[in-house]
Amino acid sequence: MTGMDKPLEREVAEPRAAAVANSDNIAVAVGLKLLGAGAVLILIGLVLVLSLLSPYFLSPRNLGNILAQTAVICVVAMGQHLVILTKGIDLSVGSNLALASVLGALSFHAGASTLMVVSVMVAAGAAVGAVNGLFYVYGRLPHPFIITLATLSIAKGIALQLADGRAIPGMPPAIRSLGQEAFAGLPGSVFVVAGVAGLMFVLTQSTVWGRWMYAVGGRADAAVRMGIPVSAVLVSTYVMSGTCAGIGAVLLAGRTDAGSPLFGNLLELDTIAAVIIGGASFLGGRGHIGHALIGAIMIGVIRNALNLLNVGVFYQLIVIGVVIVVAVEADVLRNHLESRMRVLRAETGP
Amino acid sequence: MTQHQLAAHQQHPVLSVRGACKRFGSVVALDDVSIDVHRGEILALLGDNGAGKSTLIKCISGVHRLDAGDVVIEGAANVLRSPADARSAGIETVYQDLALFDNLTPAQNFFAGREIAGPRWLPRAIRFLNKRKMDEQTRSLIQSLNVSLPHLDALVALMSGGQRQAIAVARSAVFARKVVILDEPTAALGLRESRKVLDLIGALRDRGNAIILITHNMEHVTELAGRAVVLRQGRKVGELVPTRDNKQELVSMIVGA
Repeated sequence: MTGMDKPLEREVAEPRAAAVANSDNIAVAVGLKLLGAGAVLILIGLVLVLSLLSPYFLSPRNLGNILAQTAVICVVAMGQHLVILTKGIDLSVGSNLALASVLGALSFHAGASTLMVVSVMVAAGAAVGAVNGLFYVYGRLPHPFIITLATLSIAKGIALQLADGRAIPGMPPAIRSLGQEAFAGLPGSVFVVAGVAGLMFVLTQSTVWGRWMYAVGGRADAAVRMGIPVSAVLVSTYVMSGTCAGIGAVLLAGRTDAGSPLFGNLLELDTIAAVIIGGASFLGGRGHIGHALIGAIMIGVIRNALNLLNVGVFYQLIVIGVVIVVAVEADVLRNHLESRMRVLRAETGP
Repeated sequence: MTQHQLAAHQQHPVLSVRGACKRFGSVVALDDVSIDVHRGEILALLGDNGAGKSTLIKCISGVHRLDAGDVVIEGAANVLRSPADARSAGIETVYQDLALFDNLTPAQNFFAGREIAGPRWLPRAIRFLNKRKMDEQTRSLIQSLNVSLPHLDALVALMSGGQRQAIAVARSAVFARKVVILDEPTAALGLRESRKVLDLIGALRDRGNAIILITHNMEHVTELAGRAVVLRQGRKVGELVPTRDNKQELVSMIVGA
């Protein structure tokens, strides 16, 4: 029967083509997996190399230092992560933290209780975040860069004005000990970081709200058509970012026993870098809270190591800049591999 | 009672558009267009580029609002203010750009905006996702529609054009209760992939949905559609039952020659 010939021919020809495409397929899949785990691998490698280079690096005292120093970046980077998840950016986090700490110090001197001082700082952070989100969404601004750049300047100005340009010493004892003392061998701030991370993880991975953030970050116009409240989701991410800046203010004020308009300088750089270095995508909708934490810790480790190895402070900025470029290139490579994968799947068929 | 009235009494359309008018500035996109669709029927919506097809379906799916006229769903006039309104009225749309989230899995795409979550006493946004249930429903739907998706837990970004189209069509099947609108579902696909999507559209119809299909492919129209409506320059210029024999007539209606 002539009808039999065709399927036979195809059966012979197709497996060969499929086998070639399949080995490509596996290579691309492995590449994607490596990129996904890249930040963790680099961090582990970094720690190994540094522990060989400096005997102090792995000492409990130094590790405690790293954690205490990175706690603020960790918390604020987690907030920044939510904003970047929805394709946004929050440049105001540093100034926001400074303003919150000044308001906290002023309220303490006005006789507020510890709980009140904490509330003032967190609420101030959330309020600045709300301003960012509301102006961005309802002011129909083309990009959050603009409004958060404006609040960067405004919050800093208000903080400088209120504090007369100087640090205001004095924090309630409980906040001080949270920032300075160790509990069960770990700096108090580590527990705050863990608490915030736990909450954020549940929020982003297990709730409807978290799923909406990923959807909005993936494709906002599709999210509108699927009936997701896009405006509310966007505003909420800026409020969360501001809240994290407020929590960061509590930690930093505790560690330094002061509120200061000079806090948080270049914190926007550190937090954005942390999120990107950690492996979340600047293109939105990719990454999780662990990326922000790993990125923040990596920045802390690099700073600490350069200090231990007596590399100048100026070089630190250069190194972190280089690391950012590498991380963003990895993101670009991932996108390329994904589209390659798509083509391969189309060729081999399902 | 005339023949026409009798026919209308026998089967009420699940969706009718009556006297639809829509302007964009000085451009008249729709001028007094009326259509009916019935359950278990595929209605082809034909016309050249700029004829008003997309505007009409955007009005039905809640993206645009009509300047005049009504969208009547099962006999009741509805005001569709948003895509969410249309969806809750039982109208699903498969957009030409698919409106898929590349960064999510098929199951996450299916349930985007309509996540299964609990407990009910919490505000909707902070309810916990019931991922297992959503995965199960996705799996059984994929099976019942006979779609082959070997990597159900992979991101949509990693899937081929045909698979993405199938996901978008299948997503509409999850929630479609009355009407499914498809805007050029096979435009970007090869022959084999087109075939699968056409089968899927047939399956949606067999589930009792009314289907509105926009396409430029006359083969697909004669094969699938029970009726065809032709739009030209925002007006309805013809309606007939497409067959192989009147294909030429349809084409001349579309181009206006």
